[in-house]
Amino acid sequence: MATQTMTPSLAATGQHGSRRMTRIAGLVLLQIVMTACLITFLAPTFWMVSSSLKASTEVFRHPIVWIPESPQWSNYAKVFETLPFAKFAWNTFVVVTLAVIGTVLSTALVAYGLARVDFPGRRIVFALMVATIMLPEIVTLIPRFIMFRTFRWIDTFAPLTVPFWFALTTLYVFLMYQFLRGIPKELDEAATIDGANRWQILWHVILPLCKPVIATIAVFALIQHYNEFLTPLIYLNKLDNWTLALGVRALNDSNVANWELVFAASTLMLIPVLTLFIIAQRYFVQGIALTGFGGR
Amino acid sequence: MAAITQAQTNTAARRVGRARLRDWLDGYLFTSPFIIGFLVFTAFPMLYAIWLSFHKWNLIGAPTFVGLDNYIKALTHPTAQLSLYNSAFYTIFAVPIQLIISFTLALALTQAIRLRDLYRAGFYLPIIVPLVASAVVWQRVFHPEFGILNEALGWFGIPPAKWLFDPNLAKPAFIIMSFWMIGRQMVIFIAGLGNIPQSLLEAASIDGAGPVRRLFSIVIPLMTPLIFYNCVIAIINSFQIFVPALIMTDGGPQNATLFAVLNIYREGFQFFNMGYAAALSWELFVIVIGFTIAQFAISQRWVYYSD
Repeated sequence: MATQTMTPSLAATGQHGSRRMTRIAGLVLLQIVMTACLITFLAPTFWMVSSSLKASTEVFRHPIVWIPESPQWSNYAKVFETLPFAKFAWNTFVVVTLAVIGTVLSTALVAYGLARVDFPGRRIVFALMVATIMLPEIVTLIPRFIMFRTFRWIDTFAPLTVPFWFALTTLYVFLMYQFLRGIPKELDEAATIDGANRWQILWHVILPLCKPVIATIAVFALIQHYNEFLTPLIYLNKLDNWTLALGVRALNDSNVANWELVFAASTLMLIPVLTLFIIAQRYFVQGIALTGFGGR
Repeated sequence: MAAITQAQTNTAARRVGRARLRDWLDGYLFTSPFIIGFLVFTAFPMLYAIWLSFHKWNLIGAPTFVGLDNYIKALTHPTAQLSLYNSAFYTIFAVPIQLIISFTLALALTQAIRLRDLYRAGFYLPIIVPLVASAVVWQRVFHPEFGILNEALGWFGIPPAKWLFDPNLAKPAFIIMSFWMIGRQMVIFIAGLGNIPQSLLEAASIDGAGPVRRLFSIVIPLMTPLIFYNCVIAIINSFQIFVPALIMTDGGPQNATLFAVLNIYREGFQFFNMGYAAALSWELFVIVIGFTIAQFAISQRWVYYSD
C-alpha cells in the first residue's frame, strides 16, 4: 500500500554473521507462512470469480475445479436475463451518488464549525458527535421505519439518501475535524483580514487544503452506501427500485441450483468497488489508519 | 465589507460583542446539519422507540398501551433469550480470536519481507467485497458436499462437516467467516506499529532483550490503545451481526443462528410487532452500551497512554 511504515523489526540487527543468517532464515520462513495465509484469504474470492465462469455441471464436480475448462461468459448475460440487474445498477448509482455528495458537503460544514468557530454549546455538540460514532444503530431501526413511513418515504430513495445530508455518519465528521486541526489557524486569520467571511474561507481556503481527507471520506461513504443491505431491504419493496445488494440476495434465494449465476452476480457487484480499491488504495489506508472504519 | 466599516465606528466593546454574536450565528449555522440530523434521525427516534416499547402496535389501527408487557416478554421469552445468547456466543468467541489474528498479521507484515504492500492489500480485500456477495459465497464455502472448506479439510484428512446444517457448527461457521474480514483491524495495527519509536526497540536490543521480550515489554504495551479501540468497535459490530445470518441460514438450523438483530428484524418486519421489536432493540442497545462502558472502565487498568 502507498503509505510506507517504518519497520519495528523484532529481529535484532545482529552484529555477528551467524545471527544475521538466523534472521534471514526467519524472514524466509515468514515469507512462506504469509504466502500460505494469503492464499487461504484469497481462496473464497478467487473461487467466486472462477466459479462465475463455470458450466453448471462444473460447479458440482469433485475434486473442485479451480480454473474452468472453457469460460462461460454467457453466465453474466444470464444474470441480466434473470433479474433486471441493469436497473439495479442504475438505482445503486443514483442512491450512492446522492448519499456521498450529501455526506461530503454536510460533513465539511459541521467539521469546520466545530473546529474553527467558538459558540456556546460547542462542547456539547462535539460530545454528541463523538458519542454517535459508537451508537449501536439497531436502536433507531424500528422508530425510523415508522417515521419514514409517515413521511411516505417507503419505496423511494429518500430513506437511503436524505439522512446523510445531515452528517449522519459522524465518524467522517470526526475524521475531518482531526484533519482541520492540523491546518494552521493563521490561514483563516489572514483571510479574515483580507475581508473574507467564514463561508468564503471554508470554500476558497480550507476545502482546497482538505482534498486528501475529502477523498478518503468520499471513498469510505461510497463503499458504505454501495454495500448497504438492511435499509434497502426494509424500504424498497418494488422490484423497480431495488439496489444491487437486493438483487444478489434475490438471485441467491431463487436460483438454489444455479451456483454459477449467483457467483456471476456477486462478481459483477464486486467489480466496481474492486476497481475503486485499486485506484484509490492510498485513501483507504489513510482513512483507516486515522479512524478504524472503512465503509462498514 | 459593510459590516466591518460599520464596526470600526463603534466602540471596541460593541465591536467584540457583535463579532461574538456573528461567531455564535456562524457556529450554529455550520453545525446545523448535524444538530438537526441528530435531533430528527437519532434523538427523536430513540425517544419514540421508548414510547413505542410500551405499546402494542401492528402498524394498522391505533397503538394500545400495554405497560411493561413488551419488556417482560423481551426478558423472558425463550426465543428472545436464545437470540441474545447466540449473539453473545458469537461475540465472545469471534472478537478475541479476530484481534489475535489481525495483530499477528500486522506484526508479520511490518517485518522486512518482500511484496509487503501486496500482502496487505490481499488481506484487506475481503472488506471490499460487498457483504451480500461475501454471504452468498461463504454459504457455499461451507456447503457440505461442494464447498471449498470441506474439500480443503479433506487434504489434511479431516472428515467433512455439515457446518451451516449442523446446529452445533453453525455458530462456529459464522465465527470462522468473521476471521476472514479482519482487514480493518489489521490496517489499524499496522499503522500503530509504524509509530513505535525505533530508538526504543534498539535501546532494548542493546540491553539484551530478545524479540519475544521486546514484543511483550515494548510493542504490546504501546499498542494497548489500539487493541482497546479495535476491541470496542469489534464488540459493538459483532453484537449486531445480521446480514450474513439472514442470507446464509435465515436463523437456522433449529434457531442456532437466530442472532439478536435477526430476531428484531423478524418481529418488526415479518410479524409487525412494532412495540415488541422496539423493546427488543432497546434491550440490545442497553447491553451493547453496557459492554462499551464496562470496557472503558476496565481500560484504565490495562491501556497505556504515553501522554
